[in-house]
Amino acid sequence: MKFVAVTSCPTGIAHTYMAAEALEQIGRAGGHEVVVETQGSIGTDAIDQSVIDAADGVIFAADLEVKGRERFAGKPTIDVGVKRAVHEPQKVLDEAIAAVESGVVTAAATSSSSGGSGPATKVDPNASTLSRVRQWLMTGVSYMIPFVAAGGILIALSFMLSQLAWGGADGAIEVTAVDAAGVLASFDPTSLQHWCVVLLKTGQLAFGFLVPVLSGFIAYAIADRPGLVPGFVGGAAAGFVGAGFLGGLVTGFAAGFLALWISRWRVPKGVRGVMPVVVIPLLSSLGIGILMLVVLGRPIAALMDGLGTWLSSLSGGSIVLLGILLGAMMGFDLGGPINKVAYTFAVTGLATEGLASDAAQYKIMAAVMAAGMVAPLAMALATTVRKGLFTEIERENGKAAWLLGASFISEGAIPFAAADPWRVIVSSVVGSAATGGLVMAFGSTLVAPHGGIWVLPLIGSWLGFLAAVVIGTLITAAVVILLKTLRDRSAVRTQDVAAEGALVTA
Amino acid sequence: MTSQLITADLVAVNVSAADKGAVIDLLAQRLADAGRVSDAAAFAADVRAREAVTATGMPGAIGLPHAKSAAVLVPSLAVATVPDGVDFEGPDGAATLVFLIAAPAEGADEHLKILAKLARKLVSPAFTGAVRDAADAETVATVVTEAVA
Repeated sequence: MKFVAVTSCPTGIAHTYMAAEALEQIGRAGGHEVVVETQGSIGTDAIDQSVIDAADGVIFAADLEVKGRERFAGKPTIDVGVKRAVHEPQKVLDEAIAAVESGVVTAAATSSSSGGSGPATKVDPNASTLSRVRQWLMTGVSYMIPFVAAGGILIALSFMLSQLAWGGADGAIEVTAVDAAGVLASFDPTSLQHWCVVLLKTGQLAFGFLVPVLSGFIAYAIADRPGLVPGFVGGAAAGFVGAGFLGGLVTGFAAGFLALWISRWRVPKGVRGVMPVVVIPLLSSLGIGILMLVVLGRPIAALMDGLGTWLSSLSGGSIVLLGILLGAMMGFDLGGPINKVAYTFAVTGLATEGLASDAAQYKIMAAVMAAGMVAPLAMALATTVRKGLFTEIERENGKAAWLLGASFISEGAIPFAAADPWRVIVSSVVGSAATGGLVMAFGSTLVAPHGGIWVLPLIGSWLGFLAAVVIGTLITAAVVILLKTLRDRSAVRTQDVAAEGALVTA
Repeated sequence: MTSQLITADLVAVNVSAADKGAVIDLLAQRLADAGRVSDAAAFAADVRAREAVTATGMPGAIGLPHAKSAAVLVPSLAVATVPDGVDFEGPDGAATLVFLIAAPAEGADEHLKILAKLARKLVSPAFTGAVRDAADAETVATVVTEAVA
């Protein structure tokens, strides 16, 4: 392992350097790398930040206040007196190794500031279990939000510009229909169409990271560095089996605790060195892979099949009820399996040949798209009218959510749903269901599979469509504000805001 | 030869002392006699003050009293061997080998670097063993001088 240490003592001429020598020697003897910063009478020979960043753990063998402590924040740290480092360096090193293996970032390491080397987390080790769960969640969400904003805005821009590039509302459909690889192979910088493809492709790639980043940083908040690999792999596996962000929440927590557990195994000294690089990532990734692909993958696939079959069987019944159901499904998991069944059901219908312009299939598509726009628009609205109920980064994300919602990019609401699943999902389902039912009642139709307001000219009875979206948005926003206001009576929020502030200033 | 940390006259062999204060006084006087410390009593008081913060007993039955003091003219090391031991509250019992480090209150970095180098050497059993095994004062001075060279 790699350690960085700081030594200091009252006079700064003896123990400072003896401790440094003792730690370096004991490290070498055990096959570890220990780089020591002596804060003594000669002054401080500062360790390069890149060395600190690369270190697995930190040893403070200092009788004086460590200068520049924030440089070491976010790493497993032990704090021992300088004398112990001189007298029993082996024990000090063993404690440092144990601290790294347990992955626990102590309060001592993080208290001064979170502006340290590793990625910041919102985790306060002294918090209650419930608020720690929220802190783990918020860590994942806060790292995911920039991906949502960047990817979503790129995709929305691509839809907007494609109106110009293809000369009409069909542009948003054309841009997704072209073969991206072919366009990139013969890229023409003067072609706006080609630029639209580049924007779309880049945005889609950024979106590919949503669930892995969410899952990865939840696991990181729980288990520190050992959690990253299984967290990311689990998130990718959740994407692969179509489990969406709810699947990512499952893998994030499962990966975090699995990695934490493995990193606490007592292993022979010879194996310790390869634990963080090989053993922990290998075993924890395998475990999460099995969980998602084998254990959860088939039930999810079966659920999707079953729902799809059921939807098809409903086609003869009340079209308004079907709209409500589809809307609720769209709003439930925002790109997850339930959402995907509803969306696929609608898009598959579009492919039916010889449809009349007011065919049920077109109405279904309109209902599905309208419902999918509700959640992000409602979150944008809620963050605008009730700022105090949301954290700083949620409010920032809310601004992007206007554009994402208008472009039928439901993922814009995922950060809100992941941070506070049941309140956001409940409100999203209620509003989206209303919108789905209303679109059916108004008889709006849509021949395009996506595009949001950018394909408005392709929507039959577009006024009804817009009215349904607005009404659903108002309902969802009202419900989420109500639910969050009720929650606000508990003390949980103030802690979140404090943690949030720390991260923003980092 | 003022750049040398130690000379033979700063080494006291086979000292018998009632307590660590006696060893500190003895070595402080040697430093004053050699012209490396301006005032033996003032320097000894500074060493005692440092000792009062935490005792400086080291593993290997070593005492390491030290101080930064305005009375110190030249960074120096004085050594005493105490066959019957003297208590520095070290983990391995009474110290039979005592190193007294004298650092100037404000010193040129070069001198302080030599002291830092010496401190690092003190962790090495090979070095402290060589000092312990030295037959006479002259050899002790040579071993130390070579170690920090």
